[in-house]
Amino acid sequence: MTVRVQEADFDLGAELAALRAGDPRIGALASFVGLVRDLNDGSSVSEMTLEHYPGMTERALEEIVSEAKSRWKIYGALIIHRVGPLKPCDQIVLVAVTSAHRGEAFAACEFIMDYLKTRAPFWKREATPDGARWVDARESDDSAVRRWAQ
Amino acid sequence: MSVRILYFAGLREAFGCAGESLDLPANVASVAALRDLLVGQGRDLLATAKNLRCAVNQEMAGSDAVVKDGDEVAFFPPVTGG
Repeated sequence: MTVRVQEADFDLGAELAALRAGDPRIGALASFVGLVRDLNDGSSVSEMTLEHYPGMTERALEEIVSEAKSRWKIYGALIIHRVGPLKPCDQIVLVAVTSAHRGEAFAACEFIMDYLKTRAPFWKREATPDGARWVDARESDDSAVRRWAQ
Repeated sequence: MSVRILYFAGLREAFGCAGESLDLPANVASVAALRDLLVGQGRDLLATAKNLRCAVNQEMAGSDAVVKDGDEVAFFPPVTGG
């Protein structure tokens, strides 16, 4: 499966090993893991809950992977995004890409992550000492994705 | 026939409901018109929410996108995953 949305944690080493297993064309594997921090916008964060739009989320992520495959010569791609309650230090998201050489893998991995941040229907809610709050979208994420406009 | 409306994140929480079904009046055929109809029924936040986003049948859609019987229309704030 290229795209997985799940509550359960994932085993980074096992996922990366499976993505490249038995394919001698692969010379590069780039990966990104997003983690829950204990601080955001000046407040300490004790818990984060991720909500999503079942059905649309998976479609949006599949489309992002397809777009990456049309732009770069990559062999495999994997997105795992967790939902539900998470704690600081928990893994949130994994994006991994394989290719013959590092340039394509690095670029496609960053592209997928930038698009995911602005296109995939996930929403974060943080528990802080002042109560729970929905996380606001960042302008820096919008500018990051604009870099890829053709 | 009717449209299925879905709300996510802060909208879902503010409305106290994740969705509703609505019989579509003949003069309502776009996302903007549907939003106006819902605002008129008390969903004020759809008019005032900053950067409101919409999807029709699980594809991102602009305010001029067509809405027809049987569609699934979702309203939500800008996404914050990753």
